[in-house]
Amino acid sequence: MDWSPLWISLATTLAATAITLIAGLAAAAWRERRTGPMMALVDGIFLLPLVLPPTVVGFLLLLLLGRNGPVGKLLLRFGTTVVFSWPATVIAAAVVAFPLMYLTARAALEQVDPHYLQAARTLGASEWRVFREVALPLAWPGVLAGTILSFARALGEFGATLLLAGNIPGKTETIPIAIYFAVEANDLKGAAIWCAVDIGLSLALLAGLYHWTHAQGQGPGRIRLSRR
Amino acid sequence: MGNCVTSRSQIVRGFLFFVCLWAILCATAPTSGQQKTSITVSAAISLKDALDELGHTYEQRHPGTKVTFNYGSSGTLQHQIEQGAPVDIFLSAAEKQMDALESGGLLVAGTRRDLAGNQLVLVVPASSNIAKDFSDLARPEVKIVALGEPGTVPAGMYARQTLEQLGMLAAVEKKVVYAKDVRAVLTYVETGNADAGIVYQTDACTSSKARIAATAPAATHDPIAYPAAVIRTTKNITAARAFLEFLESADARALFERYGFTPAEKQAGKK
Repeated sequence: MDWSPLWISLATTLAATAITLIAGLAAAAWRERRTGPMMALVDGIFLLPLVLPPTVVGFLLLLLLGRNGPVGKLLLRFGTTVVFSWPATVIAAAVVAFPLMYLTARAALEQVDPHYLQAARTLGASEWRVFREVALPLAWPGVLAGTILSFARALGEFGATLLLAGNIPGKTETIPIAIYFAVEANDLKGAAIWCAVDIGLSLALLAGLYHWTHAQGQGPGRIRLSRR
Repeated sequence: MGNCVTSRSQIVRGFLFFVCLWAILCATAPTSGQQKTSITVSAAISLKDALDELGHTYEQRHPGTKVTFNYGSSGTLQHQIEQGAPVDIFLSAAEKQMDALESGGLLVAGTRRDLAGNQLVLVVPASSNIAKDFSDLARPEVKIVALGEPGTVPAGMYARQTLEQLGMLAAVEKKVVYAKDVRAVLTYVETGNADAGIVYQTDACTSSKARIAATAPAATHDPIAYPAAVIRTTKNITAARAFLEFLESADARALFERYGFTPAEKQAGKK
């Protein structure tokens, strides 16, 4: 049994979740302080990967990043290509997971009482410090929930990944892609094994989440201003 | 609570609206006077362009019959039939898939025959000069080679045989991206996302964005054959047989050849 799809899936999901966490938080923090008619459009674009079929996302990414696409041509000038490579699996997973992170992070940041932020500002904290030491700790439960949702979404990503990264055993063949091709080839045993692995992973994730929320104690995060 | 009730009844009303709309659309949909016989043909996707035209011709000559095609990799279609897909005729791109159905007792006895043959070619993007022969696939400039997934795509299976015969398999294997059917291989090459790919000659002929770099010697792979047969669970055996006979007619053979197919090898031996 070749276990490479498991390692590829884990590596892809971890990398995609890390990217999504940073990008989603940055986008949410940036968006939170802005209003105006253009923001509806921005929201729409940020949330589009959530409502579009993954195949559409994959196709658009392929047009953009393919060797004849605008970004793909640019990358080719630097001697690299993204399509059909491991980074392609990360890009596909990160793009489809991004809206979940963005949505939950924004909701969490909006819940933060602005008085705390104002108080920090009057004490001379920079905007970055206000965000890092006041807003983020208060919004943390929501941000964590977003991270877990993103992880789950990235782990299950199939359509965009297949279109952008293809099926290269040992390189881009994630668990969902291994399942698809096993079923296609009538390798029902292989498909069943990978399904069991996927269910095990997801259950472990949910159990971990349950224990974590209970260990933390319920309710919104406590204010923990670092003493410095 | 009151709010909740309103929104639920709104949902119900919306649902009823769509049910009514659907019913009206169904009722007003054009229905022909006489009952049309419909046959479903599951066919290897490499046959797509030729069969689309043949199906059109057949429907014009036999207005009472509607021919629906279901294209995919032969392996995928084989498994669909094994799982009970309502298919009348199966057209495979290799004997292997048809053999599996035959030994499973899923074919109508005596209906199996080979319709055409094909050749295996190496294609590169039209503007590319990266490979002139199969041996060039080992060169470092060739980074991605697209093949059909050999488990389900006959073109991928033939390609593997050829690469193995030429002693190239080990060198190429690390560069392979597997596609779900042979047309996907062609697309990978057409878009330039793969440096080269192995498809049928007939696929390459349908594309202006991919160019044939080399043809695989016929001795390096199993003979490429397109066997066809009527599926046992068919409800229209007469119509299915008639369409299969049409696919063997001189007209159909001429059309297959026009699309680049070779005559079926076994045809002479049969009968």
